[in-house]
Amino acid sequence: MLINSLRRTLLLLYAAVIIIPLYIVLVSAFKTPGTFFAKPLSWPSPFTVENFTTMFQSQPMWRYFANSAGVTLGTVLLELLLGSMIAYAIARLGGKLGKGLFLLYLAGLIVPSQVNMLPIYALVHRLGWTDEHGGLILVTAALLLPLTVFLLTGFMGLLSKEILEAASIDGAGEWTLYTRFALPLSAPSLAAAAAFLFVMVWNDLLLPMLLLNGKSKLTLPLAMLQFRGEYVTDYPMLLTGVVVTSLPMALLFIFLQRFFVAGMTAGSLKG
Amino acid sequence: MRRSPVLWLFLLPGTLLYLVLFIYPTLSGMFYSFTDWDGVSPSYRMVGAANYKETLESIVFRKAFINNVKFMLVVVLFQTLLSLGLAMLLARNSRIHVLLRALYFFPTVLSSVSVGLIWSFVYDPSIGLLNLSLQKAGLESLALSWTGDAGLALYSIAAVQVWAHAGQMMIVFIAGLHSIPAELYEAARIDGGGRWQIFRKVTWPLLAPSATIVLAYTTIQSFKAFDLIFTMTDGGPNYATEILTTYIYHQAFGSYKFGSAAAGSMLFLILLSVLTALQFRALRADRVSY
Repeated sequence: MLINSLRRTLLLLYAAVIIIPLYIVLVSAFKTPGTFFAKPLSWPSPFTVENFTTMFQSQPMWRYFANSAGVTLGTVLLELLLGSMIAYAIARLGGKLGKGLFLLYLAGLIVPSQVNMLPIYALVHRLGWTDEHGGLILVTAALLLPLTVFLLTGFMGLLSKEILEAASIDGAGEWTLYTRFALPLSAPSLAAAAAFLFVMVWNDLLLPMLLLNGKSKLTLPLAMLQFRGEYVTDYPMLLTGVVVTSLPMALLFIFLQRFFVAGMTAGSLKG
Repeated sequence: MRRSPVLWLFLLPGTLLYLVLFIYPTLSGMFYSFTDWDGVSPSYRMVGAANYKETLESIVFRKAFINNVKFMLVVVLFQTLLSLGLAMLLARNSRIHVLLRALYFFPTVLSSVSVGLIWSFVYDPSIGLLNLSLQKAGLESLALSWTGDAGLALYSIAAVQVWAHAGQMMIVFIAGLHSIPAELYEAARIDGGGRWQIFRKVTWPLLAPSATIVLAYTTIQSFKAFDLIFTMTDGGPNYATEILTTYIYHQAFGSYKFGSAAAGSMLFLILLSVLTALQFRALRADRVSY
């Protein structure tokens, strides 16, 4: 009995540690600067959506959303396509060759993007891709490839060799095997990898910060850093920015929770 | 097995991308570390190991390294204990437990910039949630300048890092707990083991693989931390929160010392390679199958 109530108390306490900061941020977004500074912890009264309307009028918010969405979708799709093709080839080749290729990608897992920030900046500059979403997509996809190949090879390696062999004896080409067998059979792992990549790319700060600078090209995390400079003392406005930019992730998490948890966990096991 | 040449076409696009935009930059970074390049000029000179010598002797680099180790130790200790504790409390698959797990996991999907801004507000000395709550509770003396105080800032950010990622590590522990066969617990109970004894003799040894994963991930993650510190303090006050990644960033984009920053990057890479090698060894020792 005592243990059970202790358990419940601890769980509620930690729930409060998570919820209270998020709650305060959420309600602050609906406050006028007046009430915010007078009663920072109270319920918003008057309740106002003015921060949101001001934000969407004074900032190209839709553009930032479109930028983030474009970069994220582009990167994740490219990544899944390239990663699954490589993982499929590694699984099909097997033997020393497959293992060697796998090790080539495994080596990339050791090198974090913080190590490569300078040479990538220099290379992208030289290629003339600065401030191009296409360049950012290619670079991000390249840097995440080791992890994706690692995750997907694990799954593709589990594909039944017999099914693929049987189908190939029946005359199916590699492309048919890949699209008709390998991809559908690994759909759950592709979904988990997609969720993981989606979170990584949508939230990434470092690469967009290095490679983008024009205001019309910024992604949401960069835009938020800019708000911090602009609304330096205007907390309600700043926190409105946090609410607006976090909303898509929060909604996706609520609806696709299973994939998010599976993907982020797989990523942490292998990252 | 018959190897179709078509398989090479499957490998080609991704591998090309990987070689050009990942392997080549890594190698060219090694090259830059031996030059005096400023990142802008068309020309540079080879300077041998001078950048390495300078970096290793730099007071700021040493401070960043020590800060990084402190940050890692605090995050690893608290994140591991907290995530293990939460996992133990939430291992049952009841409705409320699944809901709480999702809640605890949620901060993981927020961007570090959002998390950093949320907590900059919580820590704000005059209108922040933390100090106002302390004042209301009559504990004014505990109301501090959480990220402005040089002795405190690093630990304040470490707490945020734990807040953001403990839920993720909790899931790893829960997966580990679920892999322990129920018969073992029954046998232990029949043998008359108490709660603590069962934890010591059954749960803990069988949880070792998950603990290894959590320790390894958290260690590497806390060495790679960048976004949170960049957003909350940018290495300040007076280098109190400067860690290796922010040091490299500031060398390159604040002081335009690309060669020196590249040397810092290489030292950082060596450190991470050692940590990763230890991680793989530990994982293999525990025979965790991927």
